[in-house]
Amino acid sequence: MDESLLRTLTPTVIGVLVRRGADFASAEDAVQDALVEAVRVWPDDLPGDPKGWLITVAWRKFLDAARADTSRRHREVRVEAEPVPGPGEAVDDTLQLYFLCAHPSLTPASAVALTLRAVGGLTTRQIARAYLVPEATMAQRISRAKRTVSSVRFNRPGNVVTVLRVLYLVFNEGHGGDVDPAAEAIRLCRRLFALTGEPEVAGLLALMLLHHARRASRTGPGGRLVPLAEQDRSRWDTHLIAEGVAILQAALAQDRLGEYQAQAAIAALHADAPSTSETDWVQIVEWYDELLLLTGSPVVRLNRAVAVGEADGPRAGLAALAEVSPDLPRYAAVRAYLLERTGDLERAAALYAEASRAATSVQERDHLTREAARVRQLLQT
Amino acid sequence: MAKYLLLKHYRGGPAPVTDVPMDQWTPEEVSAHVQYMRDFIARLESTGEFVDTQSLSPEGTFVRYDGEGRPPVTDGPFAETKDLIAGWLVIDVDGYERALELAGELSAAPGAGGKPIHEWLEVRPFMCELPTITD
Repeated sequence: MDESLLRTLTPTVIGVLVRRGADFASAEDAVQDALVEAVRVWPDDLPGDPKGWLITVAWRKFLDAARADTSRRHREVRVEAEPVPGPGEAVDDTLQLYFLCAHPSLTPASAVALTLRAVGGLTTRQIARAYLVPEATMAQRISRAKRTVSSVRFNRPGNVVTVLRVLYLVFNEGHGGDVDPAAEAIRLCRRLFALTGEPEVAGLLALMLLHHARRASRTGPGGRLVPLAEQDRSRWDTHLIAEGVAILQAALAQDRLGEYQAQAAIAALHADAPSTSETDWVQIVEWYDELLLLTGSPVVRLNRAVAVGEADGPRAGLAALAEVSPDLPRYAAVRAYLLERTGDLERAAALYAEASRAATSVQERDHLTREAARVRQLLQT
Repeated sequence: MAKYLLLKHYRGGPAPVTDVPMDQWTPEEVSAHVQYMRDFIARLESTGEFVDTQSLSPEGTFVRYDGEGRPPVTDGPFAETKDLIAGWLVIDVDGYERALELAGELSAAPGAGGKPIHEWLEVRPFMCELPTITD
């Protein structure tokens, strides 16, 4: 059975139920119940009109739940069995769902979970596995999130920037299980782009595609981290790169630059280069300058120092690094990298070791330990 | 079945048998060590004995309540703290003997010169759930 079809239909069906008068939280529950039933029934008996089937079943689930609820409270049944289709049913409400699930009143973790469930159509279990928390924890997080947004009016337009932040988190911080959060983020971003055509949505989509294209080359044997300079570029997915570049170019042509487009431009320049030494570092530094103007982010300043080191030599890179706070994660690693290139192996080795102790992931820690070991070996020969 | 915690310490255990810091191994030795750990976990998964493993970063802070309406008090990190936990492995095994056997295997991970590091690991039994039949 095609689970991706089910997932694609999820937000549309929730939208239909909400337009018919269901509140968002109940509509979302009803659609999840309908999805479970679809997974059970469809393999033997695929309906001719899957969307119609889901709407019918979800609406029935909603009515059942509403009736049970009202009878529990000894109130009369107010919901009519035969609903009047709302006037706006032809409109795809998916965009509204994106806004609702990324509502600024939600914490990032809640927004991520709610988006994956209501827009992405994933089950609580799948989301829990992707974020390495117990299923009960994730269930609570989602139901609290639904309560938080319960008073938000469904047809109020939201800010697409908040949605992009959520999708960026899904792409960057999900870990797998039986669904691939990165692929899921790309699917959701693609759909958002189709709904809005915004250049920054295109920028994020391009950024994701360009990073996804390099995925196979980013880990080596035993799961070890392979830095950009050492990646086997023949393993990069050229179709994804071409698609990402085309989407980015069309977005840049609209002349409404934003941070995701600038990040994607940097990724595109890397994707375009046959090797680190043949990379257009001068242009990359220019894009970092743009990005710095847009964000003022200290992390951007740190990455810019690396690019300056490649464009104008390690001493220029160290000078650029002098403007960065040493408290930043990865500061020591960047400084070690630049110092090694100036020939100061002694300090580079010590800094790599220091950086490994400050690493925030096991892969990064192991990588930096290996770098420290490598430079120490150079010292001894 | 019984659950055991295998605790790795940055420091705080008995005197280490080998004390060459990891950044003074060769890069290949570091890789071999990491691979040994991965293989060990994979083996535990295949025998149905694996529960959880996590690594901890060395920087920690002590925190305590400081009274109504006041922010919590923090203390540290302490460079001189005697005991510093590096990470853990939780296993669910037949009994204590098996837990010791596995800890011994984990401690034999290769280090400098490809030789076992003989790392001290602390084995701690979990308090178990109250059984259904108690009398």
